[in-house]
Amino acid sequence: MSIEFRGVSKRFPDGTLAVESFDLTVPSRSITVLVGSSGCGKTTLLRMINRMVDPSAGSILIDDENIAGLEPVALRRRIGYVMQNSGLLPHRKVVDNVATVPILNGTPKAKARERALELLDVVGLDRSLANRYPSQLSGGQQQRVGVARGLAADPNILLMDEPFGAVDPIVRTELQAETLRLQRELGKTVVFVTHDIDEAFLLGDQVVILQKGGVIAQQGSPAEILANPASQFVAEFVGADRGKRSLEIVEVDGSQVLVDSHGRPAGRLRQPASVQGSPASRAEAGSAPGADAQGAGRA
Amino acid sequence: MNFLLDGLAWIFSPDRLSGSNDLKVLIAQHLFYTFIAFVIACAIAVPLGYLIGHTGKGREFAVGASGAARALPSFGLILLLVSLLGVLQVVPAVLIAFVLLAVPSILAGAYSGLEAIDRRTIDAARAVGMTEWQILTKVEIPLGLPLLIGGMRAGMLQIVATVTLAAYVGLGGLGLPILQGLPLRRLDQVLGGAILVVVLALVLDAIFGILERLAVAKGVRLAQGGGAAKTKTRTLEQTVDIMSRASQAVSGR
Repeated sequence: MSIEFRGVSKRFPDGTLAVESFDLTVPSRSITVLVGSSGCGKTTLLRMINRMVDPSAGSILIDDENIAGLEPVALRRRIGYVMQNSGLLPHRKVVDNVATVPILNGTPKAKARERALELLDVVGLDRSLANRYPSQLSGGQQQRVGVARGLAADPNILLMDEPFGAVDPIVRTELQAETLRLQRELGKTVVFVTHDIDEAFLLGDQVVILQKGGVIAQQGSPAEILANPASQFVAEFVGADRGKRSLEIVEVDGSQVLVDSHGRPAGRLRQPASVQGSPASRAEAGSAPGADAQGAGRA
Repeated sequence: MNFLLDGLAWIFSPDRLSGSNDLKVLIAQHLFYTFIAFVIACAIAVPLGYLIGHTGKGREFAVGASGAARALPSFGLILLLVSLLGVLQVVPAVLIAFVLLAVPSILAGAYSGLEAIDRRTIDAARAVGMTEWQILTKVEIPLGLPLLIGGMRAGMLQIVATVTLAAYVGLGGLGLPILQGLPLRRLDQVLGGAILVVVLALVLDAIFGILERLAVAKGVRLAQGGGAAKTKTRTLEQTVDIMSRASQAVSGR
């Protein structure tokens, strides 16, 4: 299920140009993260995929089919959607919230609820929460229910609009890890929107950094972006020249220690992988700098 | 205090079980007009309010019209409609007046009930693939129900108090003993009628108060916690409102 943006523009009725001639291909079965500060049009782009917003110009194709010709309601039911505040229906129990879309699609109620319980397992929630109401859950639990609802109709595409923006850092780290686990297990085509570059580098197979007006500042794997920031804007946005992303090797008692730009030790350089300089191992290590910086940042 | 006792004595006198001031008949007439007017007002105001609340269009019109309609003098409206429609069409004329008075409250309850729902909840419902009709019936109506019933409660009180005036155009109801008692200076009779209107209004108000509370979805009630205190003050406010309307009916010729 690849998604393709072709020359997409969006001008809102009030005259704001949110996105202008935007081109992007979202590869199948991987996570693409749209990242940028507020007002860069990332949410607008996301919402165009399920026709919550229709482009003023250009077209969006899902598996080479132009979605402009599809019925919005039917399209939305086969695309999972997870939003920041979970968006659960407050008057329905957890299990019924998760079963919403299958029931809309005509799955018998009992079967949809059975499947909903399985999905609670998938997202790591205890089944005993099934008969609670959303207001009885913590923010992190609500987000998990939101993810379960997004997955309920077994969609090939999952849209996630700053899903972890409103939970505390510890829960966010946990949910990010869960997202990676789910992706390994389920292999969906995920489009993820965030303003947090750390989250983007952690989750994204492909990261798309957006400037105001939906202009792509740079796209590529986290390692590619860190290795070669395309512009001053990108370098500043990813913080390539400061803090935990700018590491320096210092020799201490015979082993090499990485020190960040504040002079704080961030970790130790491992020898085996980096000594062998073959192209293959460099490619492997290519994904490592980003990941290492992440690990170091958290440690 | 003696007046009050006289009024109660009039109500509980055995004469009230028959004759021109048979309370069974008067109360039945009063409730009948109230009920018919209420049903018609709901049939007009609820769909219209839902349309405004769901689409967000026409809100200014609704607010303006509701405000203007609240200021309508009920007695003047009845006399105007009777003279416009002719004395042979008294029942429709009076019913139109009652309906016009109740529509603004119910309309406001219907659309504000929908407006008060978190936009993000509705956005999410749309994004997961609900049709507009499903958003209305599965999300907006259940979540907006308490405010709608609150509006119905206010509209119902408006009608039940105003039906007192039906007696002026010969349609009976609990206004009849008040109307007849005034020229005769039978204050016990006037007060008896007024007390009954108030009691009727309070009973209906209490019923709607219970419905309003039951209408809050369990998941929402759990989120709110202590909403009981608010409801109480409102009931008190409305009781004062009924008293003033009843006294208006007594002295407001």
